[in-house]
Amino acid sequence: MKTDTSARVLVIMPAWNEAESVGNTVREVLSVGMPYDVLVVNDGSKDGTAALAAAAGATVLNLPFNLGVGGAMRAGFKYAQRRGYSRVIQVDADGQHDPRNIEEVLSGLEYADISIGARFADRGDYEVKGPRKWAMQFLARVISGLAKTRLTDVTSGFRAANERAINQYLDHYPAEYLGDTIDSLVVAVRSGCKVTQIPVAMRPRQGGTPSHDPVKAAIYLGRSVFALLFALTRKRSLLQTSDKTSQEPATC
Amino acid sequence: MLNIAAFILALAIVGVVFEMLRRKKLREKYAALWLFVGIGTLVLAAFPRLLTIVTEFSGVQLPSNLLFIISILLLLGVCLHLSWEISVVEDETRTLAEEVAILRALIEALPAAENAEGNPTKSPGSQ
Repeated sequence: MKTDTSARVLVIMPAWNEAESVGNTVREVLSVGMPYDVLVVNDGSKDGTAALAAAAGATVLNLPFNLGVGGAMRAGFKYAQRRGYSRVIQVDADGQHDPRNIEEVLSGLEYADISIGARFADRGDYEVKGPRKWAMQFLARVISGLAKTRLTDVTSGFRAANERAINQYLDHYPAEYLGDTIDSLVVAVRSGCKVTQIPVAMRPRQGGTPSHDPVKAAIYLGRSVFALLFALTRKRSLLQTSDKTSQEPATC
Repeated sequence: MLNIAAFILALAIVGVVFEMLRRKKLREKYAALWLFVGIGTLVLAAFPRLLTIVTEFSGVQLPSNLLFIISILLLLGVCLHLSWEISVVEDETRTLAEEVAILRALIEALPAAENAEGNPTKSPGSQ
């Protein structure tokens, strides 16, 4: 019954009190009809997230307490590596990401190690305003410069990774605020991972409301710059590359 | 009189730290600093002239100022050390939490696979 996992894709869904939407999102992903296994990382939820996800057909990782998205994702990557998955993709449990786009985002892995499903790149009508927008633009510009490719949405939680990137993430994937997006991405780029982006449309959330508080947005800006500065000074990961490129000095 | 009180206080600190170490309530790496502080106070209480000499030598105006600055620096060091230690512990806890979650998921998957296949000896695919 268990087939070779290296050909399958692990969809990692960090979920913290997402009982409203997690069941539907899991069912939607599984109904796409591709070889996807869904792993819901239940980040210490107090509601029925774990039971609903399991009932919908997902494997559930129950973290004993809340670790934040970064911690949940690292647990997911660790699981993926142990089970031998060669491709993983992070999808939000709130239904913002359209499961039909998963294959498109994964296709970016053919020529890159990390593929980001980007919200602003010409597709969809996702919009943010004010300080939060400036923060996102600023971050996108800096990281684009580092990655030497045009990235418009570096804080997107719709990210796919191949084996190289998983190994790099396991070496450095901080649990800090924004560590799951900016910090991990910057260190991955500096360690030699190739990044690309695929434009996708976002849908409105199925549960919960997005915040439009200017104070929160300003704090977000401050913390993201802080996270970026730290990421830029961190040391690179030195990891063994697997089979294909064994000649070049093994970074990423 | 005051010197005797200071001496007794210092002796008490050293005594408590030593006793905690002996009962394994305190680990050496934390105890070292406290023992150092306690013994320093002990020496100063026994020979108060020492503080005056060092004060004059270092150009500080009042002996008490020198004492305060040393205490503040030491306490700052202790705080920083504890913050660092707690970060390490949090990181270790996080790793353990991940490990526990993964092991639990794998164990819960085991009986399901056995029932489905009716073949208990075979473990699921990967290592």
